[in-house]
Amino acid sequence: MAETISVEVARYSPERDTEPSSQRYDVPLHKDWVVLDALNYIKDKMDGSLTFRWSCRMGICGSCGMMVNGEPKLTCATFLSDYAGDGSPVRVQPLRYFPVIRDLVVEITDFMNKLQSVKPWLIRGDEKAVSEGEYLQTPEQLDRYKQFSMCINCLLCYAACPVYGLDPVFIGPAAIALAQRYNMDSRDEGAGERMDVLAQHEGIWGCTFVGECTKVCPKHVDPAGAIQQYKLTATIERFKSFLMPWAAGNSEMESAK
Amino acid sequence: MSGVRQTVRYTEYHPRWYRTRVSTWWWLSRWPYLKFILREISSVFVAWFVVVLLLQIRALSRGPQAYAAFEHWLQIPVIVLLNLTAMFFVTFHAVTWFNLTPRAMVVRFGGKRVPDGLIVGTNYAAWAAVSVVLAWFLLRS
Ligand code: SF4
Ligand code: FES
Repeated sequence: MAETISVEVARYSPERDTEPSSQRYDVPLHKDWVVLDALNYIKDKMDGSLTFRWSCRMGICGSCGMMVNGEPKLTCATFLSDYAGDGSPVRVQPLRYFPVIRDLVVEITDFMNKLQSVKPWLIRGDEKAVSEGEYLQTPEQLDRYKQFSMCINCLLCYAACPVYGLDPVFIGPAAIALAQRYNMDSRDEGAGERMDVLAQHEGIWGCTFVGECTKVCPKHVDPAGAIQQYKLTATIERFKSFLMPWAAGNSEMESAK
Repeated sequence: MSGVRQTVRYTEYHPRWYRTRVSTWWWLSRWPYLKFILREISSVFVAWFVVVLLLQIRALSRGPQAYAAFEHWLQIPVIVLLNLTAMFFVTFHAVTWFNLTPRAMVVRFGGKRVPDGLIVGTNYAAWAAVSVVLAWFLLRS
């Protein structure tokens, strides 16, 4: 018999329970198994009622985010063997700060709405005719926003953000990083529109720069950086519109590209 | 500002989900959170040093006697202890913020982003330079 490892999984059934409990399973410990493999093993062989989200198993879809021993992790990229050794079970819980629907599945509509509100798509003042060809971009221009475009919406950053936990109206790290992804895109002209949403208290100013979002991000998006950079931009814009009301607009954002 | 206000909206369909409340002591749960809170608290000590400086200027403007009294006040053990604590926090404040500057400042040079270490290093270099100049002024006599 192979070595085993105990996994302590949070269980919550909305029909039966008033609050979550935890259940322990002993699963085989293979060197190349990630936490998600353990969950799938449990579901296939031990308890078919266990509910969780996953899809790609390779850190691309962003649906398998959970708390592993209290840290937000992509369970498909978190090796069981990293937790073996001290004999204590691996604790798997739903992503922190989100309402739990069942077991390890959380309700993320709030994030979806927030993401929409920052208009994460290319906005053009006037659209070129197709016959005029593509909007060209240099590698350098791509480099300005590429980091922010790597986000997979896994929401680990929200689960790491105490501001979001304490005050869920905060628009949050990933939504702001994605707004910056378009703001910094040389083809985009929507920075002014996005500023209405971003430059308010629930936007960037809600952030107190705890910085944990950047540390937990599996894609090195650096949402904390995106927010602080935007604070700088918004402040400069504010001063400009004070001093030169006629030149207000997104000149700063445009020149940053 | 004509802001579109953010609200918290969940799905229209309401299953009976479970919500956890954030504990009042959340900042004790992890070292990075505690470090964040200490960094925030450090601003109180920054303010304290501003007050000390203002008191010093006031004493200076009131003549040698007032200044001697001020210096005497500085030697009270409680004040020494307070100032040492403040010194610690102000240093903590400076170091933590210096280390965070590359997050907020993206400097590009020749099309490439200047590495984080260089931005932090420049901060420390400037800090050292200013300190040396001040020390030279103060110790020259
Ligand atoms: S910013 Fe990073 S942690 Fe946050 S949702 Fe995107 S990929 Fe996940
Ligand atoms: S299963 Fe797709 S990111 Fe983990």
